[in-house]
Amino acid sequence: MLLEVDDLCVNYGRIEAIRNISFKVDEGEVVTLIGANGAGKTTTMKTVSGLRPVRAGAIRFNGEDITAMPAHERPVLGIAQSPEGRGCFIGMTVLENLDMGAYARKDRKTPKIKEDRDRVFGLFPRLAERRSQVAGTMSGGEQQMLAIGRALMASPKLLLLDEPSMGLAPKLIQQIFDIITEINKQGTTVLLVEQNAAQALKRAHRAYILETGEIVREGTGQELANDPAVKASYLGGDV
Amino acid sequence: MDFSLLFNHFWEFTITGLAFGAIYALIALGYTLVYGVLRLINFAHSEVFMWGGFAAVWVLLAFGASQASGLGIVGLLVVAFATAMAASALVALGLEFVAYRPLRKRNSPPLIALISAIGASYTLSETMGLRDKPFKLLGIDNKMVDYVGRPREASPFGLNIETKRLFHVFDYQVSNKDLIVLGSAIVMMILLDQFMQRSRLGRGIRAVAQDPESAAMMGVNRDRVIRLTFVIGGAMAGAAAVMYLLKVEQIRYNSGFLLGVKAFTAAVLGGIGNLRGALLGGFILGVAENYGQAIFGGQWKDVVAFTLLVVILLFRPTGLLGESLGKARA
Repeated sequence: MLLEVDDLCVNYGRIEAIRNISFKVDEGEVVTLIGANGAGKTTTMKTVSGLRPVRAGAIRFNGEDITAMPAHERPVLGIAQSPEGRGCFIGMTVLENLDMGAYARKDRKTPKIKEDRDRVFGLFPRLAERRSQVAGTMSGGEQQMLAIGRALMASPKLLLLDEPSMGLAPKLIQQIFDIITEINKQGTTVLLVEQNAAQALKRAHRAYILETGEIVREGTGQELANDPAVKASYLGGDV
Repeated sequence: MDFSLLFNHFWEFTITGLAFGAIYALIALGYTLVYGVLRLINFAHSEVFMWGGFAAVWVLLAFGASQASGLGIVGLLVVAFATAMAASALVALGLEFVAYRPLRKRNSPPLIALISAIGASYTLSETMGLRDKPFKLLGIDNKMVDYVGRPREASPFGLNIETKRLFHVFDYQVSNKDLIVLGSAIVMMILLDQFMQRSRLGRGIRAVAQDPESAAMMGVNRDRVIRLTFVIGGAMAGAAAVMYLLKVEQIRYNSGFLLGVKAFTAAVLGGIGNLRGALLGGFILGVAENYGQAIFGGQWKDVVAFTLLVVILLFRPTGLLGESLGKARA
């Protein structure tokens, strides 16, 4: 197992944001967490990245217990995230943002970096065109591409994508999901959080449904996409 | 009000204003850097400056090298800059460990850190002003009289290098001190700017300022970045202290206070959190208060400086260059 989360509890002050959630991500998979606003999806992702303190439970990565590991040490292991709201460094150029993605890499001074940058530019030709542009002046869709590209620059084993389709035009959403599938095919394991449940379930090998901080269902993407209850709650009737 | 003085000595007021502006600017960098990554006004930064100045004076005193001429000036300046920058960086780092870090680890609200800053400022200043007491207890104050005697008076000397007039800019004869101050300030500023733009650590600082969570996700160690900003800001304040010693030729335990307020003003004027803003603010403030002094008389110098601040903030509430360290490219 690449990522194992066991009975994880995270609080915001006295409020329980997530309660006893357990899930697994195996190498090579696309796994998705879906759920409504406030279900605890983003909290889960931030906790996996080490940005929220864990109240109880454990997180293991490649068999190693990382529950208490500081956030800035986790990219070294191969965990990278494209956060909710993109979190681009808006005062830096596209190239500088991508370089920040490789900040923790030991091989950052080797030609490998350039290969990875070219790979990102291959996935997102738009970023290549705008390489010298300051991120803050780009559109939401371009910033989303940059956030994903920046996470890829870490050459991660596990890529965490938090709401990559949020606020994007429908055409762009399709494109982003195609790219996520492509990234996975190139060998990167993906944990995806989405409100766009239809697309997420279509693309994911397995899926978990979060409701008010707890996992209420799990199954393959297809199983859940065809489940009447899931359809009613998350897919707006038909897919 | 009398404009004839300013018109007759325009270049003199401009160049000496720029030299003082350079001192403000270098100190302002420390305020703005720390604000950028911590959203904290480090009010004790003025005392970091003052301690660097004393360190330089004492080390030169120990070498018996208070005066120099010719090539000796270069040696004296190198020792002075190295000592003051190292001392100020150490004091700044100590300040972060004692006054700010423990509060941060306990998630204290920003107001508490501000109180801690004010307390640290007084502590550093008064420690210097009362430095004779521990030496008296040990009975060695007579041996150390050059260092600890009359602690509330000015230091025995600044940097006594002979003032030489080098060349004319219109009516003003530029002195070697003007050149040293402006030249070394500009070199420091360029080095810092390049460091922030090009080095990995410089980028790390900007990343933390722009988005601390994203920076952590990329592997930036926030605590290390914070320590680094205190060290850089401290070193710049130490360099400013040497320039101050060159221009004013003495330093006191409370010399930091007004200078700190002015430098903070410069940082706000340019847009707090913005490095280039701090530089611009420093130079504008230095020149403007010199012009004000020429027009209204010396006792109005500070009034002019702070009136300028209020007026500019009325029209540009985020300062001249506006954006924070986060948003700006510097």
